[in-house]
Amino acid sequence: MSPDQTPAPQATASGGAATAERGQNVIHNIGYRGYEGPRLGRSYARRALFSQSLRGTYGLGRSAKSKVLPLLLFAAVCIPAAILVAVAALTKAKELQVGYAEYVLLMQPLLGIYLAAAAPQAISMDLRFKTTPLYFSRPMERSDYVAAKYAALSAALFLFTAVPVLIMYIGALLAKLDFGDQTEGAVQGLVFCALFALLHAAIAAWIAALTPRRGFGVAAIIVAITVPYFLVSALQGIAWTSDNNGAIGWLGLGSPGTLLDGVQSRFLGGRSGFPDEQTLTGAQGAVYLVVLAALIVCFCTLLLRRYRKAGL
Amino acid sequence: MIAIESLSKRFPRVTALDRLTVGIEPGVTGLVGANGAGKSTLIKILLGLSPATEGTASVLGMDVATQGGAIRERVGYMPEHDCLPPDVSATEFVVHMARMSGLPATAARERTADTLRHVGLYEERYRPMGGYSTGMKQRVKLAQALVHDPRLVLLDEPTNGLDPVGRDEMLGLIRRVHTDFGISVLVTSHLLGELERTSDHIVVIDGGRLLRSSSTADFTQRTAVLAVEVTDTDEHPDGTAVLRAALRQGGLDPHEPASGGAPAPGAGHVVMLDIGGESGDADESVLDTVRDTVAELGLGLVRMERRRHQISEVFTERSTGDVA
Repeated sequence: MSPDQTPAPQATASGGAATAERGQNVIHNIGYRGYEGPRLGRSYARRALFSQSLRGTYGLGRSAKSKVLPLLLFAAVCIPAAILVAVAALTKAKELQVGYAEYVLLMQPLLGIYLAAAAPQAISMDLRFKTTPLYFSRPMERSDYVAAKYAALSAALFLFTAVPVLIMYIGALLAKLDFGDQTEGAVQGLVFCALFALLHAAIAAWIAALTPRRGFGVAAIIVAITVPYFLVSALQGIAWTSDNNGAIGWLGLGSPGTLLDGVQSRFLGGRSGFPDEQTLTGAQGAVYLVVLAALIVCFCTLLLRRYRKAGL
Repeated sequence: MIAIESLSKRFPRVTALDRLTVGIEPGVTGLVGANGAGKSTLIKILLGLSPATEGTASVLGMDVATQGGAIRERVGYMPEHDCLPPDVSATEFVVHMARMSGLPATAARERTADTLRHVGLYEERYRPMGGYSTGMKQRVKLAQALVHDPRLVLLDEPTNGLDPVGRDEMLGLIRRVHTDFGISVLVTSHLLGELERTSDHIVVIDGGRLLRSSSTADFTQRTAVLAVEVTDTDEHPDGTAVLRAALRQGGLDPHEPASGGAPAPGAGHVVMLDIGGESGDADESVLDTVRDTVAELGLGLVRMERRRHQISEVFTERSTGDVA
């Protein structure tokens, strides 16, 4: 492990001719040097993987091409928020046309596309190119890897939803809307963003971990998020037109989108997207929260179990 | 470096390792075995990623069952398969892997530049890896295993898919990992010949069991042989038989060319002689004796060739039941 002073012949041979001509910038081959510095271990590696994956979901640190879609989508969710506050300011409205949490739900199709692009990028690619063995042959454990990837995806989605909420909040304050109301709404909106991100990231991460193929991952995530939502919404519509209003709330448990809609209208002061703007009863609200937590735990457990096999 | 004590690994249907006991010293060690001999399973166990069914193993003095994380911090691993994402450059990728090994960001960048230079990647290290040749990819894979300055690297089939020139370069590089960098190497291969040149020590496993473990010199020199080919004459219609008889009288022990496998062209006219091989000088007298004997008999000497046993003969020997 002592530094080797004898220059390696191969490096001088290839570097010598080129550097001699330039005269400057001569490469001195000092042989192999060991590393005596600190080794920061698992938690450092976990944080490094988190930040690398988070940057990756926005295309940062990757090719220019892979920045296009995330940034376009990001602009697409932010601009309507800006327009919304501009309209509120110009019309001198007392409050914003759309609530904070409601805005996030309105943007669901865009969020779905973003998630469907980001999750396979963060997760399937390591499986496709078999990079995971390189992670697992290092100090980190499988749980570290899964935690870092899940946290990165959640954080990416949170940023994606929270930034428009903040734009609306700042705009609302500049438009001199009521400070107390708006602050309460924005905080509730941010809580909703967090719940939205945690649930959707868990579902998308698990789906992405099932396939090494990015195309399958993208399609499967879009299907998993949108199809149940439209199905449940349709069923709710049928229940409403057939006067089974009691069923609407329970049906809402059936998809991630309606589940979150119910939670925000019951607990976070938003307007319900259910037929007749129905909100949940007390019992339904409790069940919704339990189901929400159970789904997050369940998908994280599945994700962890998936990596028990797909490793080295 | 590595101590393995009656290690077994059984899967529901196959036994990958069967009471394997072997010790591995610092230096370059070749782990040889056919496909499915248990090499990759052994590496997984040594990295602490897969529990052994029974038996114990320690790497760098640490128990694989309980100190996997600490082992992996000081051991590098180069997998057999492709493992490089095509859309990032070698530099970015190796920096990331260095950080995954716990190196701070600045150190990771410095070590990456150093390591890539040592494995022979220069300007191309800034290009996406998708456009690399197999040889360059193998170098990046080696670099990511070395970037955290491990004390031991486990290289799984590093010459896989390389052409003969690339193979030689990779073997030379592996040799340098030990001689110049001071890092011990455990390298697996199913090609025996290439490990002869790089390894100090060879471990052969088959069906999860230890076939043989000895130094490369032992393998190839202990039973060095001399092949003597002679012509037949009118006086002696069977030249080889006469020579064999004469040499036996002279106190030597000639024998038939090794049986097993297809007979080499002209094998019928070849007499094999064990010539010990402890040192070059000792052989001289044997060579003289052979030359004189052939001259006395009036036979034509076609060639005298010193042959080294190839490691591959371990497998031939086993099939004839010589090795337990």
